[in-house]
Amino acid sequence: MLQDILVTGLVNGGVYALLAIGFSLIFGVARIVNIAHTAFYMLAAYCFYTLLTKTGLGFVLSGVIAVSAVTAFSVLCYRLVIEPVREHEAAVLIATIALALIFQELMLYAFGGHFLGIPSTLEGSMRFLGVSIPYQRLLILVVAGVMLAAVWFTLYRTRLGLAIRATANDLEVANLMGMNVNRVAMATVAISVALASVAGVVVAPVFVVDPFMWLAPLVTMLAIVVLGGLGSLKGSLIGALIIGYVEAITVFAVPAGAYLKGAVALMIMVAVLLARPEGLFGVAFEEER
Amino acid sequence: MYQALTYPLRRGWAELRNEVLVLPSRTLVLAWIAALLALPVVYGDPYVMRIITMTCIFAIFAASWDLLAGYTGQVNFGHALFFGAGAYTSALLSLKLGLSPWLTVWAGAAVALLFGFAVGYLCLRLRGSYLSLATLAFPLIALGILFAFPDFSGGELGISGLRRLTVTPTGNYYVAALSMLVIVFALWALADSKFGIVLHAIRDDEVAARASGINTLRYKLMVFAVSGAAAGFAGALFAHYLRVAGPSTLEVALSFQVVIWGIFGGVATIYGPVAAVFLLYPLTEWLGSFRAFGELRLLIFASIVLLVLLFMPRGLAPWVRDKVETQCPRCKQRNGFWRKLCRLCGVPLKAEVSRAQRLVSHQ
Repeated sequence: MLQDILVTGLVNGGVYALLAIGFSLIFGVARIVNIAHTAFYMLAAYCFYTLLTKTGLGFVLSGVIAVSAVTAFSVLCYRLVIEPVREHEAAVLIATIALALIFQELMLYAFGGHFLGIPSTLEGSMRFLGVSIPYQRLLILVVAGVMLAAVWFTLYRTRLGLAIRATANDLEVANLMGMNVNRVAMATVAISVALASVAGVVVAPVFVVDPFMWLAPLVTMLAIVVLGGLGSLKGSLIGALIIGYVEAITVFAVPAGAYLKGAVALMIMVAVLLARPEGLFGVAFEEER
Repeated sequence: MYQALTYPLRRGWAELRNEVLVLPSRTLVLAWIAALLALPVVYGDPYVMRIITMTCIFAIFAASWDLLAGYTGQVNFGHALFFGAGAYTSALLSLKLGLSPWLTVWAGAAVALLFGFAVGYLCLRLRGSYLSLATLAFPLIALGILFAFPDFSGGELGISGLRRLTVTPTGNYYVAALSMLVIVFALWALADSKFGIVLHAIRDDEVAARASGINTLRYKLMVFAVSGAAAGFAGALFAHYLRVAGPSTLEVALSFQVVIWGIFGGVATIYGPVAAVFLLYPLTEWLGSFRAFGELRLLIFASIVLLVLLFMPRGLAPWVRDKVETQCPRCKQRNGFWRKLCRLCGVPLKAEVSRAQRLVSHQ
């Protein structure tokens, strides 16, 4: 059981980290609370499913096309829907909620409400420390690791990353220094949604695909981001691992744990917030000037 | 003698003419109240009455959210917690203890008030987005606990077989409509009072409010409790009207729904969210009644919200209000759009600016 917990926690934590870091990034740079973030993850899963079963492209090609299509679509959504109402925080909020609902309903209309199964990308499993780990879960872990490394590289080793970090730090000063903050925000949206859609593509064969698959990870993701500190990438990563393990422990070790797993994860978040209102790695509140 | 008898009438007419009919928005509110009260008499179609009853219940819910989120700035993403707390408390009390629904509705509101205190207490140190995202968690924690004890809560199916408040549809309609009017106007009066000004101050700058000697913590707790109680009352009415208190009263979808109503209508107005519910809820039900649209109902709803938002980012009610009324530049009184001079101080509402002046002022 211990090994089960260790492996499941790590895999789920990896998926959550992909989602949470993207969400955190876009919040940090553009102050957008993107409720539609996991809806893009759902869209990517559906896109992957369609490409795989209808066109007969290979797994890799379908995955790449799905991720790039959803990323391009997200930039379009940002330009058409979010940017015109950027100054009104409340409007941005419900614009993203409305987007998520629209995606959900469109998928419901196009594919129906039933669960869709995707054949496993990789068959077989390996034994490690006495637990059998299906290759598919291993793939999730590897992809999550690679993507996180890529994000780290982009943020800390490229000019774009420098611009993103500068904008997150202080939007106005970044603007005055000659950065095109709108374009930086757009690039951030693209990176963040690309992370979410990669997550959607790799988990699609493991989880079921249905139009409501965005809600459960949304709540968990928000819990992670708040737990780790809004806008803090390190916090999101550690928060994702904490929540991943907490959920795994609840499911494997507590009776009726499957029902309680979300509740326990959220209670951890509330407990952390009570002790540290800014989250584990968040910056302490700056009083308004 | 004759004059003494007709005095109240004449006084009432004068008040009506001078205070209500001069402003399009007030006239609209009056017409709305009259239509609401006259509906069962004029057009007693059970389907329409059912929809308006539900609309009234949700209007209470949306108005209570606005007091908390719009006025005080505590944007609550988990407002369904109070709704569900009211619904489940009232349902359990009336079913397990056999109490009359007329009593348990109040008990539901009271328990929701306590939940409001609890959530408010936990969230006192949180601000902005943190508060929104943390409050999202509370109804889901409650939902997880309810699902873990299905014997007590009925699990997925909820608690069904409740008694209605009154037997007839008309009775239920008037219960919902009158409680909606009373609660909404009470919340509006509260928001318009000195208390409401303090709430505005807390939203705009909490530090400055505290520096001015306002005990902001106490006000925030109070507002959480009041808002929770109103939402719980709505939840209890909802449970007894549908005769079931299910997990749908705690779901994220309901919490998001109230955020959509609130922001679509225009925050910090009370009447805005109520107007939004009265427009959007019957609209979605009406769309759902078409077979072709049935599946697309939520899609159309979300698209309308999105489109309207692109044109009126501050919400519907403030936009309409600015179209039909202008504010006097000197005394800040509101005037109908047709007036040239302010109705109180006689200042020209739109200053006549010559072309030369406009050019100069554009520098």
